[in-house]
Amino acid sequence: MKSKNVIQVEDLTKKFGDFTAVDSISFKVNQGEIFGFLGANGAGKTTAMKMLIGISKPSSGIANVAGFDVYTNPEDIKKNIGYMSQKFALYDDLTVKENITFFGGIYGLSRKQIKEKRKQLVDELGLQKIVNELVGSLPLGWKQKLAFSVALLHEPKVIFLDEPTGGVDPITRRQFWEMIYKTANNGTTVFVTTHYMDEAEYCDRVSIMVDGKIEALDTPKKLKQQFNAENMNDVFLKLARG
Amino acid sequence: MKRFIGFIKKEFYHIFRDTRSLFILFGMPIAQVMLFGFAITNEINNVNIAVFDKSKDATTQEIINKITTSTYFSNKQFLTNEAEIESVFKKGKIKAILVFEKDFSTKLIKENNATVQIITDATDPNTANTVNNYVSSILQKYQQETNKNIKPPFQIVPESRMVYNAELKSVFMFVPGVMTIILMLVSAMMTSISITREKELGTMEILLVSPIQPFQVIIGKVVPYIFLSVINAIVIVLLSIFIFKMPVQGSLFLLGVESVLFIINALSLGILISTISKTQQTAMMVSLMGLMLPVILLSGFIFPISSMPVALQVISNVIPAKWFIIIIKGIMLKGVGLTILWKETLILVGMTVFFIVLSIKKYKIRLE
Amino acid sequence: MKTIGYIIQKEFKQIFRNKAMLPLIFVLPLIQLIILSNAATFEIQHIKFSYIDHDNTSFSRALIDKFDASTYFNIVTDFPSKKAANLAMLKGEVDVILEIPSHFERDLLKDQKTNLAVIINAIDGAAAGVENVYINQIVQSFNKNAQANLMQPSNSITKPVNITSIPSFWYNKTLNYKTFMVPGILVLLVTMITLFLSGMNIVREKEIGTLEQMNVTPIKKYQFIIGKLFPFLVLGILLLSVGLIIAKIIFNVPMVGSLVLMYFYTVIYILVILGMGLFISNFTDTQQQAMFIAWFFVVIFILMSGLFTPIESMPQWAQYLTEFNPIKFYVEVMRMVMLKGASIIDITPLFIKTGVYAIIMNGLAVWSYKKTS
Repeated sequence: MKSKNVIQVEDLTKKFGDFTAVDSISFKVNQGEIFGFLGANGAGKTTAMKMLIGISKPSSGIANVAGFDVYTNPEDIKKNIGYMSQKFALYDDLTVKENITFFGGIYGLSRKQIKEKRKQLVDELGLQKIVNELVGSLPLGWKQKLAFSVALLHEPKVIFLDEPTGGVDPITRRQFWEMIYKTANNGTTVFVTTHYMDEAEYCDRVSIMVDGKIEALDTPKKLKQQFNAENMNDVFLKLARG
Repeated sequence: MKRFIGFIKKEFYHIFRDTRSLFILFGMPIAQVMLFGFAITNEINNVNIAVFDKSKDATTQEIINKITTSTYFSNKQFLTNEAEIESVFKKGKIKAILVFEKDFSTKLIKENNATVQIITDATDPNTANTVNNYVSSILQKYQQETNKNIKPPFQIVPESRMVYNAELKSVFMFVPGVMTIILMLVSAMMTSISITREKELGTMEILLVSPIQPFQVIIGKVVPYIFLSVINAIVIVLLSIFIFKMPVQGSLFLLGVESVLFIINALSLGILISTISKTQQTAMMVSLMGLMLPVILLSGFIFPISSMPVALQVISNVIPAKWFIIIIKGIMLKGVGLTILWKETLILVGMTVFFIVLSIKKYKIRLE
Repeated sequence: MKTIGYIIQKEFKQIFRNKAMLPLIFVLPLIQLIILSNAATFEIQHIKFSYIDHDNTSFSRALIDKFDASTYFNIVTDFPSKKAANLAMLKGEVDVILEIPSHFERDLLKDQKTNLAVIINAIDGAAAGVENVYINQIVQSFNKNAQANLMQPSNSITKPVNITSIPSFWYNKTLNYKTFMVPGILVLLVTMITLFLSGMNIVREKEIGTLEQMNVTPIKKYQFIIGKLFPFLVLGILLLSVGLIIAKIIFNVPMVGSLVLMYFYTVIYILVILGMGLFISNFTDTQQQAMFIAWFFVVIFILMSGLFTPIESMPQWAQYLTEFNPIKFYVEVMRMVMLKGASIIDITPLFIKTGVYAIIMNGLAVWSYKKTS
């Protein structure tokens, strides 16, 4: 099977005035990969991601997502990607059902498709009882899973997750990552940022950003070998110190 | 106490770091006062009128001349037939039409009576009424001059003295009002979202957990804005004195104290709104929609309260701006002091206390 | 097209689900319309009138009675001295003081001329001017009566000339302020609601984070904007309709002209306002900033709309500024169509101005909305 580069980034840079938030980063992501984009808070992860999902224009460098150039075709990129922001970004004052219908519609799914997908989603997540509840009243874990599923409604090639497990309990986090595995197995590429270093173990490959630069990029196993660390947390600590 | 000061400091930082809002908070009220001071007036000037002169003799010419040379009116058109009247009004530019009857001069000499019709577009009743009065008084003057040599048998002559505002400057009427409503709206708006914002951002929980008392929270939120508003008030007062030439017949110090009182009143009202609103959006809508028109219309700013139906006069007592306008006009234009204004001052104090106490109560309820 | 439908659906659901806002959007404006329309009047009535009668004859009392009978003035009290009267005026208890000199009746008969001293609180200069006119009218009328009663027939051959002015108040015979104010206040309310809601709407989504989510979808700018603004257009029209019904039922405001024309114009007008709200929304980061800016413009628009003070009285530069005030156009159109029955030809220039305004405003709004920053 030929492995396609779903995301291609070369010397990507983002400057805000004098401040360089993202400093000439380069990497490639293959189809079906779970790519972990790690780094401390403020390292530049979210800024980099925003460029890839087409809502922030890079200062310089090259980036292609799903085969489209972020400079010239951001709108085409958006057709082929899904996104789950840090704030989960579903409408609190709409019900579960209404949120699904809305986002499905925005992505151009037909009514029939939306209905099918909705049923599928509700069954998978076991949301039958709360389908007509306002999303705002759901516990954090439900919201998170729902947001993830909604982002996948239109079967995108890549899904971008920005700190998806913030504030969620460990069991829910575990369940969430199972969902991510399933998605990746189906061929969807998963690009996830996080500052939880233990989640790095779940990824196929991991990059670590420090002060806007990528200081490490490899599989978790190899990184642990490279830095002579027992877990990813230690890898990160060693990187940050060095 | 130290905690309290720390809390106030934090509130200060919030405010001063939001430069855009700061610019708005200072720049806008000043811009508005400048604009309104010059533009809001109910003096009649340059009203467009038309004349339909059926006589076209020396007398009508003279009268028309008198009318058009006055600064009140601007004669834009001469009509030639009856039908034009309606179409001219429909176009909307002309506000009044004077119709002189046929053989005006002759009638005046022979029958001692001639008529002028003053047809006004009364869709704006104020202009219509005023135009009518002005034209009437010009006619009256003309009449008096013509009759100068004829000694009328009786003459009771009222000699009017206009006090507090001898030149009838409309600035005197409006600038106090402008000052008041701008200060009130800005202050109430500023604080109306301060508590709801903490709720929405989630920092409310931090406050709740800390040992700081409810009344300290409320007062701590008002204090920084007092400084802001006082600066606003000072600038506004200076503008009105130096640019609009408002006199300050009374005590400047008292003016300052009363202004601070009013500011605290408006801020407290904002806080009250903040405690009863769940979201910022609600708080803003309440302070904007709920306050703007009632304050403009019921405070005596433009429309005299004595002309309103009794029910509304009663309601106007609830509007703090009404009392402050009385106070400002009293100090600046009448030169009176606390001995006369004590009642109004006391009312403002009472309202302020009421707002603050209610805010603390509502805030406590929110906690539970 | 379908996409727009989904957004509109969502917006409506959100609006009507917001239990706290609904009364603010519908009930509050209508209550204000009903109550405040009664407040806006420049009619001079119940002016606090007082007098000092040094003469104390039946003649002087007859003069006082004339003032008592007038609806313009309310006799509050009389004073024994000027000092007491002045103090009362300082306190705000009276606004007019009439001083009748001693020997009023006697001097009039002897010299055929006498003066009355009148002191008027002139803080409201325009009102003072009008009060002065009324005082003069009342005194003149008293004068004529006194002439007829006290005088012998005149020996002079030349009689004074008399120019009679006959006022005729068109479109509003009774000079009913409400005819003018109710539609005007309705416009203000509709404007405020639509501007605030549209201004805060997008900023709120910015603050919550759902705007970012929307920007990542392939939705087109124009679809998003139309979808967002359409519900508010509907709201505005709805509010206007209910307001008009109230105007007719409660205040009996005449509706001479074409309602269809009125609605058509209102749609274009609301588009201007919505465009403004959207434009403001694009440049602010917090709801607070959006609110302040919206407030700034609304207060200026309201006070310079010609609704409360005439535009003709403003200095030239201010009058130019009002050309940018959409409320001013609306007030003019409303008065011309509703109260004077003007046709579409009469209001064409206003129509065009408003239409251009709408296009520019919305164009700016769409252009300044960036899905990619």
